[in-house]
Amino acid sequence: MNFSEAANTGYFFLAPWLVFFPVIGLLFNMIFGGKMSEKAIGTVASLASGMAFVVSVLLAYSLSATHGHTVTVPFAEWIHIGELQLDWTFRIDTLSTVMMLVVSGVGTLIHIYAIGYMHEDVRFKDDVKRFRRFFVFLNLFIAMMMILVSGDSYLMLFVGWEGVGLCSFLLIGFWYDFDTLGQKSTANAEAGKKAFIANRVGDFGFLLAIFTTFWHFGSLQFDAVFKAAEAHPDPIVISAITLFMLIGVTGKSAQVPLYVWLPDAMAGPTPVSALIHAATMVTAGVYLVVRSAPLYNLVHGASYIVAMIGAVTALFAATIAVGQYDIKKVLAYSTISQLGFMVAAVGMGAYVAGIFHLATHAFFKALLFLSAGSIILGMERGHHHLAHGHDDHGDADAHHDEEEEVFDPGDMRNMGNLRKQMPVTFWLYMAGTLALAGIFPFAGFWSKDEILLDAKLHAEHFPGVYWLLSIAAFLTAFYMGRQIWMVFFGKERTEVAKHAEESPPVMTVPLMVLAVLAVLGGAMNLPFDGFHNLGHWLEHTLGHVEGLPLDLGVAGISTILALLAIFFSWLIYGKNPLKDGQPDPLKKPLGFLFTGMENKWFVDEGYGALVIKPFEKLAKFLSVTVDWNFWHDWFHDSVIYAGFKGLARFLSEPVDMGIINAIADKLADMTKRSSEGLSRLQNGFVRSYALSVLLGVVAILGYLLFK
Amino acid sequence: MEGVSVNYYIGLSAILFIIGVLGVLVRRNALVIFMSIELMLNAANLAFVAFSSVNNSLDGQIFVFFIMTVAAAEVAVGLALIVAIFRTKKSIDVDQINLLKG
Repeated sequence: MNFSEAANTGYFFLAPWLVFFPVIGLLFNMIFGGKMSEKAIGTVASLASGMAFVVSVLLAYSLSATHGHTVTVPFAEWIHIGELQLDWTFRIDTLSTVMMLVVSGVGTLIHIYAIGYMHEDVRFKDDVKRFRRFFVFLNLFIAMMMILVSGDSYLMLFVGWEGVGLCSFLLIGFWYDFDTLGQKSTANAEAGKKAFIANRVGDFGFLLAIFTTFWHFGSLQFDAVFKAAEAHPDPIVISAITLFMLIGVTGKSAQVPLYVWLPDAMAGPTPVSALIHAATMVTAGVYLVVRSAPLYNLVHGASYIVAMIGAVTALFAATIAVGQYDIKKVLAYSTISQLGFMVAAVGMGAYVAGIFHLATHAFFKALLFLSAGSIILGMERGHHHLAHGHDDHGDADAHHDEEEEVFDPGDMRNMGNLRKQMPVTFWLYMAGTLALAGIFPFAGFWSKDEILLDAKLHAEHFPGVYWLLSIAAFLTAFYMGRQIWMVFFGKERTEVAKHAEESPPVMTVPLMVLAVLAVLGGAMNLPFDGFHNLGHWLEHTLGHVEGLPLDLGVAGISTILALLAIFFSWLIYGKNPLKDGQPDPLKKPLGFLFTGMENKWFVDEGYGALVIKPFEKLAKFLSVTVDWNFWHDWFHDSVIYAGFKGLARFLSEPVDMGIINAIADKLADMTKRSSEGLSRLQNGFVRSYALSVLLGVVAILGYLLFK
Repeated sequence: MEGVSVNYYIGLSAILFIIGVLGVLVRRNALVIFMSIELMLNAANLAFVAFSSVNNSLDGQIFVFFIMTVAAAEVAVGLALIVAIFRTKKSIDVDQINLLKG
């Protein structure tokens, strides 16, 4: 069956609506949102995202009806210059539909959740325009993400890649005027800037990969590139392309060494953290590697580097997560760590495992983040209750606020025993935690085990990956256990925690859906004969994938490790709950190790010293010494200005005044003097005129007579 | 008339003319200058008449009449000018009439 035939059947013609629906949603909100209520704005945005989900489902359905053959839907001509033929074409294959379903599915749930969340954000002061702006950005993000996953060429992928980067920037700095504690500050704008700059470094690598691809293969269209690469594999060029691409991956998917932006990105509202910085955008790097699988398959060296970067990131970020106190920071480092798992998996060629983990992670990490948002709001409600509990008048707010000390509702040290106050959120959080920790039979168990199994089986070609990932898995369970004990168990460490309140259904219902997915998501790809559904689905795009059976050894070890980690975390944080003001019990035994974890291994400071300081110095040197002192002061002032002045003076004084003006002056002088002389002849004495006449006549006559 | 050579007439005419020229150049009184000019005109008349009789032609005689007419008219204009000048400058010294001096 060829493409055009396939395109004529099913719902493939709907592909552009993946992008259109979110765009219509955002335009609608932009134009009419100003006069609409918050609920209406949120509903429109959620509907737009939901329609994209419906389109994704229809596309997936049509694809299964055509046995998973890749379908391309040409949409618009874009750039046609000589050899360069770039069109906006939608590529519907089994891989892109999985991504579409995850993005629009999780995205829609988060849209709904955000309706409730944004209303309660302390910084939201019934400003409908802000509210509208948030949903416009969210819809723009969905549209861009759809462009990213549905593009048929590296360039369209890049368009989406940059678009989601822009949305990420806009949403991290959404509260650009307040920090996370509601104080006036530009910290969030700084965080957005940091994310944008770190991503630019990665995007630069990706751009180089695109340039190299076009230079070598003369095309950017996926199939054409892969066909050309397989026909004439040139290891050096393909290694270059894949490694350049890896730089892009480390930027977008927050891998070592460019991951530093993701923890700061938690400055964005929690739905944004869940949608962009956990579930979807950050997985774009993983998607890119899977999409470029035919290239990575050709160069083992580059693949190994990818796998190692993923594994190292997984472990490194997991250690930092152990030492964090902010509930969202823990999850942020956890996300980096889990992205490391995915990147390691796709680096090892375990593409199905990588995508599988991507999907399950999207479910449970979105669940965790949104639950964390619910906890933070619950704490804020408690805080509000305490601050204003005794007077029912909102008018008294103003002078209360000034006296209050800053209270961080996201600090786990302020929480404790929240399962009493927030039972729904507690159970939802538990589901997410168990899924993340990889406890049977939650979704994370299946996907993580598949990655670990792949790592074990490929240990020969990818030495070290398995061990790094296993330790990371152990730490994952440990820090999640720590979080659970600190947040939900023990004694309330602050008054606020005693008065925390549960979130409304608009927030908890989407969480329940996600929780169901986090529990049952593993069913997508059960490692038993006759299942491997995701594997068989992706086979149509990625080529034959061998469905791995459940390896009881690997699964057993990882489960034992996870349980052990949770047990340890109980010993340390659960048995003797943290008291108010007590330092972390790990601080003493681990010593400097914990200090490192607590301070993120001083990576930001290291970058500050190694990159930012020298960069600032270089910038200062360039601006002060080179630009100002050399170019401005010396070159412009001394050379150009003084030289010009000298030339001008030379031309004006000796040349103009000395020669040209002198000539004119002398001429005038001579005329004047000669006229003066001649005027003396006209002396006014008639008799002298008469004498001249006489003399003249005598002279003429004399001449005539004596000639 | 035969007895007297024409040269004498010419000589007298020349002498008269020279006296007239000197009078114009030397004297400052406009009236005297005027008279000197008359002298020169009459010197010319004398020369005309002398050459007319030598050549047996009347042309010279006729010219003299014209000259006397013109001289009369000239005197009329000239005296009128002198009167006008005297009225403004209270003097007819030609050396003081020097408004057009360079």
